[in-house]
Amino acid sequence: MFMLEKRPSPSRFWTGATPILAVALTMIAGGILFALLGKNPLEAIRTIFFDPLFGDNAWYYRAQLLVKAGPLVLIAIGLSLGFRAGIWNIGAEGQYILGAICGAAVGLAFYPAQHWYIFPLMILAGALGGWAWAMIPAVLKTKFGTNEILVSLMLVYVAQNLLAEMAIGPLRNPQGSGFPGSRDLSQYPSAANLELIPGTGIHWGVIAAFVAVIAAYVLLQRHILGFQIRLAGQAPRAARFAGVKPDRLVLICMGLSGALAGLAGMFEVAGPAGKISIDFASGYGFTAIIVAFLGRLHPVGILLAGLLMALTYVGGDIAQSNLGLPSAAIQAFQGMLLFFLLAVDLLSNYRIRFGLKEAR
Amino acid sequence: MDLSAINPAVLIASLMVSATPILLAAIGELVVEKSGVLNLGVEGMMITGAICGFAAAVETGSPVAGFIAAAVGASLLSLIFAVLTQYLLANQVATGLALTLFGLGFSAMIGQGYVGMKPPLTPDLRIPILSDIPVLGEILFRHDLMVYVSLALVAAVWAVLKYSRVGLILRAVGENHDAAHALGYKVIRIRILALMFGGACAGLGGAYLSLIRVPSWTQGMTAGAGWIALAIVVFASWKPWRVLLGAYLFGGITVLQLNLQAAGVKVPVQYLSMSPYLITILVLVIMSANRSRASLNAPASLGKSFHASY
Repeated sequence: MFMLEKRPSPSRFWTGATPILAVALTMIAGGILFALLGKNPLEAIRTIFFDPLFGDNAWYYRAQLLVKAGPLVLIAIGLSLGFRAGIWNIGAEGQYILGAICGAAVGLAFYPAQHWYIFPLMILAGALGGWAWAMIPAVLKTKFGTNEILVSLMLVYVAQNLLAEMAIGPLRNPQGSGFPGSRDLSQYPSAANLELIPGTGIHWGVIAAFVAVIAAYVLLQRHILGFQIRLAGQAPRAARFAGVKPDRLVLICMGLSGALAGLAGMFEVAGPAGKISIDFASGYGFTAIIVAFLGRLHPVGILLAGLLMALTYVGGDIAQSNLGLPSAAIQAFQGMLLFFLLAVDLLSNYRIRFGLKEAR
Repeated sequence: MDLSAINPAVLIASLMVSATPILLAAIGELVVEKSGVLNLGVEGMMITGAICGFAAAVETGSPVAGFIAAAVGASLLSLIFAVLTQYLLANQVATGLALTLFGLGFSAMIGQGYVGMKPPLTPDLRIPILSDIPVLGEILFRHDLMVYVSLALVAAVWAVLKYSRVGLILRAVGENHDAAHALGYKVIRIRILALMFGGACAGLGGAYLSLIRVPSWTQGMTAGAGWIALAIVVFASWKPWRVLLGAYLFGGITVLQLNLQAAGVKVPVQYLSMSPYLITILVLVIMSANRSRASLNAPASLGKSFHASY
């Protein structure tokens, strides 16, 4: 049998290698899963991971890759700050929805006027919406010590109901012959989040994601707040002695992650999604949790992880239309990735010693 | 709006039915947390139980087989959590989330062929004589078997935790795993068994949703019930009878808002559907506001990894 021996500090090699190992293991397990579903596993894996990049029509899929990765990276960057400090905001999906509702509401309020300041106002509203929604668990946590995991999650279901109400109520398209769903923002030039360079998929949300990656990197490496976040996660007691105020950290981390999720929602509703509808929420807020962990809570890692996760989305769509692979299989595949990631994480914190098992 | 259409006896009877899935999941999670493990994957285990139970019941035509399959399926899923957190020392919060994300995807995948099907009917047990008591009989004694199973489980968990040696060992492991280990108890083995029990209970709860409460299969049908079960364990400050109280209170709110929807209250349906979640938040706030009392009952080793280094 084997025994575990704690490393004095996490192994640098394995910290970088575990995500790759996890992806490889997930591909194997996913292949088995697809085989059980009666699909050719090699063909399925190739369709998901290779075709969007190098197959036919790759020019279209590469653009889609950035469209999907944008919100994932944006949300995951925010989440990673909290996760590092041991603050578990898992309600990003709700903050994403609120950002979209607030951003769209501001845009629709101006319809059909054309002004340069409408889009910036929508961005502000989106960020504020997400921020406010995240402040609910944050304030409850700091004032009453309420568990932020449960509250932020409950608020996802509240947000989903609010979204449905908005789609059939206040934000419904008055010219939509009674169908649920708002006006199409992408058809409204002052409020549209259009592709900046045609054919690349780059819209303002993608730009924002890149900016967030750089900002988070600078924050964590060069700023006192980043140091406090890292310290609070690694040694909470030492952090308190160093003068870190836990409550302030909770408010900042939750607020930042909420605002970024809200931004992601706003860019999505004004661009790729186009309008507020009942099925607007697509689970980006939850997938971003996987992205944050897969990227090892490091900004650059998150960027790569976001692109990889976007690949599974885009590739999953292709596999769905070409091979008839159920879309839920991709969801299960993404969940498996997180399992393997957590499992192989052991290697960076522990040494494995083979030998006879001692009596325990 | 016609509030007189709401019959109190029917309301209470349906309250018990709507509370049962959460009650089952919560009583399982209580045992898990008492052993010192925080499994946030209840939602994932419930939905896996829902589809395993549904599929087995449809294929065999027997609801009992469905419930057994649900318990087995969900406890197998909880075994993944057990291996990751107990042997591979993974973070319990992250692993619980992974369990939920995986469970939602996995169940949707299996469930594709079952959308729109009707499960075999689970008969209501009419307990002779007792069920004929006016009002009371209607409320208490005309339910299906699982309602009584859930109540029996609460009583059993309470008795085992309070009066038996097994319960004492379980609590010892949850309060201080190092001391329990030093006394020679198999901390990891005990926790894995607790996790499997919790998984089985969550699975039963999920199957209750898909086989009796709804009864049909839709993707993501648990809609946060697993998370509410987790909140109820906190609300109950880790006491079995209070879990019952919490689950029935919650069931009452759910049934009431459904009845208000049916009665045509002048509030949009979406706002009424939010109410159970909002009230769960409110309850959590009230419980945690009283910090000393709430934390007094929490198992001391809750959420901590155990690694015997010697």
